[in-house]
Order: sequence, then C-alpha cells, then structure tokens
Amino acid sequence: MGLIIHQENINEENGRRLEELCPFSAISYENGKLEISAACRLCRMCVNKGPAGCITFEEEVKDSVDKSQYKGICVYADCDHGTIHKATYELIGKARELASAINHPVYALLIGNDTKENVKELLSYGVDRVFVYDDERLSDFDMEIYANVFSSFIEEYKPSSILVGATNVGRSLAPRVAARFRTGLTADCTRLEMKENTDLVQIRPAFGGNIMAQIITPDSRPQFATVRYKIFDAPEKVKEIKGEAVYKEIREEWFTSHVQILDIKEKPRETDISEAEVIVAVGRGLKSKDDLKMVEELAELLHGTVACSRPMVENGFFDSRHQIGLSGKTVKPKLILTLGISGAIQFTSGMKSSDCIIAVNSDPHAQIFDTANYGIVGDLYEIVPKLIQRIKENENV
Amino acid sequence: MFKIIVCIKQVPGTTHVNIDPVTGTLIRDGVAAKMNPYDLEALELGLTLAKDNEGTLTVLSMGPDGALSVIREAIYMGAQEGVLLSDRKFGGADVLATSYTLSEGIKAIGDHDLIITGKQTTDGDTAQVGSELAEHLGIPHLANVRSVKVHDGKLNCVYSLDQKTVTADIDLPCLICTDSGINTPRLPSYRRKLEYGDAKEQIRIFHFTDMEDQDESHYGLKGSATKVEKIFEPEKKAEKQMYTEGDLSEKTYEILKENKFI
Repeated sequence: MGLIIHQENINEENGRRLEELCPFSAISYENGKLEISAACRLCRMCVNKGPAGCITFEEEVKDSVDKSQYKGICVYADCDHGTIHKATYELIGKARELASAINHPVYALLIGNDTKENVKELLSYGVDRVFVYDDERLSDFDMEIYANVFSSFIEEYKPSSILVGATNVGRSLAPRVAARFRTGLTADCTRLEMKENTDLVQIRPAFGGNIMAQIITPDSRPQFATVRYKIFDAPEKVKEIKGEAVYKEIREEWFTSHVQILDIKEKPRETDISEAEVIVAVGRGLKSKDDLKMVEELAELLHGTVACSRPMVENGFFDSRHQIGLSGKTVKPKLILTLGISGAIQFTSGMKSSDCIIAVNSDPHAQIFDTANYGIVGDLYEIVPKLIQRIKENENV
Repeated sequence: MFKIIVCIKQVPGTTHVNIDPVTGTLIRDGVAAKMNPYDLEALELGLTLAKDNEGTLTVLSMGPDGALSVIREAIYMGAQEGVLLSDRKFGGADVLATSYTLSEGIKAIGDHDLIITGKQTTDGDTAQVGSELAEHLGIPHLANVRSVKVHDGKLNCVYSLDQKTVTADIDLPCLICTDSGINTPRLPSYRRKLEYGDAKEQIRIFHFTDMEDQDESHYGLKGSATKVEKIFEPEKKAEKQMYTEGDLSEKTYEILKENKFI
C-alpha cells in the first residue's frame, strides 16, 4: 500500500484532524492508533493537506515495460454496420496532435467488411497507416472476434496509445482488450496531452464530477483511453493524402464466438430525455400546441430532444415522460435551451447541472436567469423562427 | 440449479464531492452512502431470472465494512447470500485491479452460470469494470443488455448498440452488463428484513488471504495500471451573460456556434 502511517507522530489532536479531513471516511483514530480502512480511495488528501509527518505516500517501484518498443498513436475506427462513427474523426484530430509532440505515426485500426470507402475516408483525415481487417464475417460487431482481431493487431504493431470512442461498442471492446494486456484504461477522458516520455496524460472528472483527475499509465503499454463523442473538435481533411492502407491477412483462429446474432434492428429515435445530450425545453411561454412544431424543428436541427416543464404536462401538450423537474426527470445534457420557462425551483432542480444552459424568456426578472449561463431576454416567437432560419443557412454553406 | 452472481457497489448518497476553495481539501457531503442505482436494476433482473429458472442469487461487492449495508439491502430484496471483498490490500484499485479482484472473488465463490453487472456506477462512471471482469474470467459478455430469457442452456438477450438493437443467444456461463431504465427495481421487503436482521449467516467476508491468487501486486494500488497524478478543480462555468437588446436570434445563434452545438 502506498500510504504509510507514522504512528509515532500521531496524537489525539492530529488523529482527529485526519479523521475529519478524509472525504471518504477511511481514516479512524481509536485508542491512540490511526487506521486507514478499505474505504481509502488514495486521493492523498491526508498526505497533502494533513498535519505534516503523519501520513506519507511511498511510490511503488514497478517493473516498467520498455516504452521505446511501443510506437504510434492508434485510433480505433468505430464502425457500426458500415458507417464510421464521427467520434473516430475527432479522435484522429487529437491523435495527430499527440503524435506530433513525440514524433510518432498516427494509426487507425479498421475492422469490418467492405471497407474500401471507409479506408479512403480515414486516410483523408491524415492517418499515416490504416490497418484493415476486412472479412465477411466481420460485418457485424461480435465482441469476442473483434477483441481477437484487436489483440492480434496490438501484438504485431505495438502502438503506444490507443484512443477509442466511448460509444456502446467502444466502452465494451476497449476494456475487454485492455484487460487482456493487463494495461490501463481511462474512461471518458475530457482532455488528453502527451509527455515527452510517451506517457499519455488523461484528464477526466473523478469522484462524481466536481473534481478533475489527471491520470497516467506509467508502467504498461499500450495506454487505452476512451473519449465521448463531441469532446474534441473534428479535424479538417488533409489536402494531400500521404498515408497508406495496410490490408491484413485474416486468421481462422479469431473466429470463435459464444454469441449467435439472431436479429439486428434499426433503433427507434431515443425518447428518454435523461439520456439526451441536447435538450430544447418549453414552458408556459408556448401559447398553443401547434407551436410545438417549430420547437421540434429547432430540436432536430440541434440533434436534440424536446422536453418541457410541468405546466406543459398539465395542459396536455406533453406526456410526463418529457417532463423535467422534481416531479419529472433529472437531466444533465451538454446543452439545454429553455424557451418560455420561468424557472421555478421545482424545474431548475431537475436541470441545473447541465453543462450549458441558455434561457430565452421575455421577463427579465424570470428566475430561470439565475440558473442560466446565457440569458436571452426576448420573445421566443421572434427568436425561434429566425434562429431556425439561421441554422439552416449555416448547414447549406 | 441456475446460479447467478450480481455485482453491486456502495456509492456516496449524492454525486457531489467538492474541493474547498480555501483549504484545497475534499469536502464530503455527509449524505449517507447507498447502493449504486444502476446495480438495483441489475439486481432486479437477476432476481426475476432466479425466480423464473429456480435459481439462486448471490451478490458480490468490494469495499469497506460499511458496504455490508448494501449487501443486506440486496438480501432484503431477495438475494440468497452476499459476499464482501474487503481488505486494505484491495484499496486504491483502478478498473484493472477492481475487475481482477472481483474475478478472484467470483472464483472464491465457486460455480456460477451468469454474472450480472449494472451499467456503471455513479461515483466512478467508467462503465468498464463489467467488460474487464468478463475478460479476466475468460467468459463471453454482452453490454447494454435490455432484456434476458434463459432457454436451452443459453441466454437470449436483447442489447443496444449505438444505432441498432440486437437480439442474440449467448452461451453460459457468461456476463451481462445491463442498460439503464430496463426495469423498476423492487423495494427491500420488510418481512425479509425482520427475518434476516443483520444477515450474519447469509453474508461472508473474503479478505486477501481468501483469494486464490496470493500475489499482492495484482490487487489494489499495486495492481493498478493507471495512476492519479493529481486532482484539481474543474474550470468554472463562465459568468452569466445576459442579452437584452439587438438581434437576439443572431446572438443565440452565435452562442450555439461558439459552444460547438452547431
């Protein structure tokens, strides 16, 4: 264990202080003895902020891999039935940045069937080498088979870092492969940086979201990180394609699976507002049910979902599944645009932790503006139609 | 006998731990710990499957002794028994070490047909322990599982990919990670609470010495591949910006553009 308690320096006073200090209640002081329980999360608050000389942290000396043997920043090309997930391109942009800091190549790993167009697409974003595993039997995602292919790629090319989109597939495949190599995996990174020694600096929210943690994988390779869609910017395509595609031989031994796929259906549009990343919410400012059309149009343009405040359910404009608030659902989207919502506590307590809150309301004293990041004091009937127009113009450029 | 193991975790009562701006210390919220809400759904699914297939359900958790309360809650809900993996040697574990410790705990429990984990925890939020656990155990797994039936010695599952819903059969033994919102978890039964009390006979506590793999370097901080270099406060939300005049739709457009929503 990394934390060392120096019992000789512990007394009633500093023992109690340490007890208080630990945010996970892992430290207890009893009968003149200080103990740390299994609740310890190694946040090292006791070391850094506690009374001096009581608890210290000893670095573990571990056998480290020879990092120079691992080269390349690899992006897993998430490909759900033929279409590459856009998160992949965002990761390629980031991979190029990280790779240039240490003069490494950028790789893409593409597993699928009939991959020709996708290979071209990946190269056009400036990937140096796309490793392609193309076979009829790889057309549908199968955990075990994909993990076998992925592992074979790692063994052969030894990439230093591997970035995977935090999609349903990525969140399931990356850990499976990372565990096989007994290496580190950091989920949902919000920032990535590169150290000179090729350690990938992975930053993500920790302990529930109000604190950020900076994480590295110091002794093992490859270093796995997953990143959600829309965290990084999509890169520009390169003017001249310089990268190459490397078509890999398919090996029979990969194709053992304990899963038999019986049926694949296109998903209906998501209606669970608590899962939505973008929400357009309407309230009493909306005068008639017909006006919902423009709200829906705006939501669609923003790739979002429509939700509402309680009065909208009471007047029959919506069913309760769409209601945000204490008596409805709690949401935490990346964006919530509220239209004509006054912002009573019962509503705001269901959405106040959203990443970006834009409120439109004609009353400058509306409570919603206390919660909003951006307040627009104006009439939604003037703003929304013009806004829709403006977004459409932008899309057509 | 169809044997199910459901992994559960005790998490803080609220998801908010803050940094004190003056002292730089973490502030605990003082709200009592509870069972990870996603695990309640995994448990509900497991209890239904156990009932329909005349099986048994064991809950498995890792954590300090305080985590016994969530194991008891699971027993009041209908689990037959519970196992807590508790040892200071397990502390400071990342995804790799956590999933490895759970896999050793499952080996110590013995035979099983199905392992169920929840979608993710509300304190770690990685949603990756289940998949790593399946790999350590060398069994197949499916994630984002929405419904399950047992038939002909297999598990028929409906699970969710990003754009598709897939129906598949998976061989037993296997592991499934549930999706969220798939059922309404039952409440703990008052009758069972009276019957089992502190459930001493139903709960076993395993320590490091009970694990088959006695190499300390595979557990806790030592067994973790990742290392937290530092923790810090997130950048604060920008101050509130109010717009009252001018072309407000254009202003709204610019805000959306600036924040990359269009």
